[in-house]
Amino acid sequence: MDNPSVAKEKLGELDDKIRGSQAWNSIFRPGSIFKQGYQDSPRNRSYVIMNSILYHLHPVKVKRHAVKVSYTLCLGGISFFLFILLTVTGIFLMFFYRPTTTQAWNSIYQLKTSVTFGLLVRNMHRWAAHLMVLSVFLHMARVFYHGAYKPPREFNWVIGIVLLLLTLLLSFTGYLLPWDQLSLWAVTVGTNMAGYTPVFGNQVRFVLLGGNEIGSNTLIRWYVLHVLMLPFVIVIFMAVHFWRVRKDGGISGPL
Amino acid sequence: MTDIPDHLRQRAEDARYRAQAGDTLTDTLGSGDLAVDGGADERLLSVIRAGSIQELRTQPTDKVNVWPHLLVVEFVAALCVFTFVTLFSIFMNAPLQELANPNKTPNPAKAPWYFVGLQELLTYFNPMVAGVLGPGMAAAGLIVLPYLDKNPSTRPEDRKFAVSFFTIFLMFWAVLGIIGAVFRGKGFQFTLPWKDGLFFDL
Ligand code: HEM
Repeated sequence: MDNPSVAKEKLGELDDKIRGSQAWNSIFRPGSIFKQGYQDSPRNRSYVIMNSILYHLHPVKVKRHAVKVSYTLCLGGISFFLFILLTVTGIFLMFFYRPTTTQAWNSIYQLKTSVTFGLLVRNMHRWAAHLMVLSVFLHMARVFYHGAYKPPREFNWVIGIVLLLLTLLLSFTGYLLPWDQLSLWAVTVGTNMAGYTPVFGNQVRFVLLGGNEIGSNTLIRWYVLHVLMLPFVIVIFMAVHFWRVRKDGGISGPL
Repeated sequence: MTDIPDHLRQRAEDARYRAQAGDTLTDTLGSGDLAVDGGADERLLSVIRAGSIQELRTQPTDKVNVWPHLLVVEFVAALCVFTFVTLFSIFMNAPLQELANPNKTPNPAKAPWYFVGLQELLTYFNPMVAGVLGPGMAAAGLIVLPYLDKNPSTRPEDRKFAVSFFTIFLMFWAVLGIIGAVFRGKGFQFTLPWKDGLFFDL
C-alpha cells in the first residue's frame, strides 16, 4: 500500500463497487451529479434540477440577471437559510428546554454550563434569530426599491408582509422563553402595548398572556406558538411565496 | 354541427366584436380571418392558428442553467452566513440575566429592538396611537401599497415620489428605533450613550 498508484487503483475499484451498486443507483436518479460517470452536459445540467427534489424550488433555467448577487443581494435566500438554521439549532435546544416558570431559566443555564455545544448552539439560535429579522427587513426594502411588488407580483408582496409579521412574532415569542429579567420585562412592555387596542384591549392582552399577568400560562402558550404553530404557519406561507416567485415569471427586472 | 353551445357562440361573438375594435390579438391574426363565413366552430378554430399565440409569447430572454450558476451562488451565500453566525457565536454570548422577577422592574425596561421604535413613539403619543394605531396603520399601509402605487415603471427616475416616500418611512422607524435603543436610559429618559453608557440588550 506504500505505492500511491496501488492505493489509487484500490480506491477506484471501491468507487466502482459502491457507485455501481444497485442500492446507489436506486437512490440517485438519472442526471444526478453523484451518479457514476456524471458528465457536464447541457442535458445533465437540466437533469440536476428536473430529476431531483430541487425542482420543487427552482426551474431549470432562470434569467441571466437573476443569478447576479447584486440584484437580489441574496436576501430572500438568506432569510430562508437562517430559518433552516434556526430550525436545526432550535430542535437541539428543545432537547434540553423545559417550559415551566420553575425550570425554564435553569434549563438554559444548564445548557450554557454543562451541555456539550450547548452554549454555542444557544448563541447561534439567538444571533441567527436577530439576523433573520434584519435580513427580512432588508429583503423587503430591496423588493421595494426594485419595484418588484408591481403587477403581477402584488400578491407576493402581501404574502411577504405576512411573512414579516410571522418572523417578528416568532422572534418575540422566543424572547420570553429563557425566563430571565430581560425576557420578562421586554414581553411586559410589548404586551402592555397590545393592551391599548381600542375596545378589546383587555381581551387581547388576556389572550396573549393566558391570564391577567405574565406567568406560567404565558410561558407554555408562547412556547407552543414558538416551537410549533408559528413555524408551521410560516413554512406554509414560505411555500406559497416561493411558488409565486416562479409563477409570476421568476425574479423581476432587470431594471 | 348546428348544435353549438351558447357560451361558445357568445365567445365567437365577443371575438368578432373585439376584432372590429382592433384588439391586439386580432391584429396579428388579421381581422379578416375572424369574419370568415361559415359555422361559428370554424371561427373558433381560426383563433388558435399556429404562430399566432407563439408570436405573442416568445420573447427571447437570456437564460442560464440553475445548476451550476444559481446553486453555486446560493451555496456560497449559505456558507458565508453560516460561518458568520458560527464565528459570532463563538465570540459573543447570548445574554442570560438573572431569573425573571415580576416584583423587580429593571430600569429602564425595554422592548426587543424591532419594537423599541414603538416604545419610543409611546413617549410622544398616547398609548392607543403609538402602540396600536401607529403599527396597525404601518402594516395596513404596507399591505395595500402595491394596489395604491399604479405607476407601472420600475425605473428609479420614474418613481421619485414612491422612492422618497418609502425612504422617509423606513428612516422614520429606524431613527425612532435608534433613539429608543441607544439614547434612552434610566426611566426611559434621554441620555447620551458615550456619557452614560448603553442601556440596551439584544
Ligand atoms: C420569511 C421571510 C421571507 C423569505 C424567506 C423570503 C424569501 C424570498 C426569496 C428566496 C425570494 C427570491 C428572490 C430574492 O431572494 O430576493 C423572494 C422574492 C420576493 N419576496 Fe420574499 N421572502 C420573505 C419575506 C418577504 C417580505 C417581508 C416581502 C415584502 C413585503 C417579500 C416580497 C417578495 C417579493 C415581491 C418577491 C419577488 C421579488 C422579485 O421578483 O424581484 N418577501 N422572497
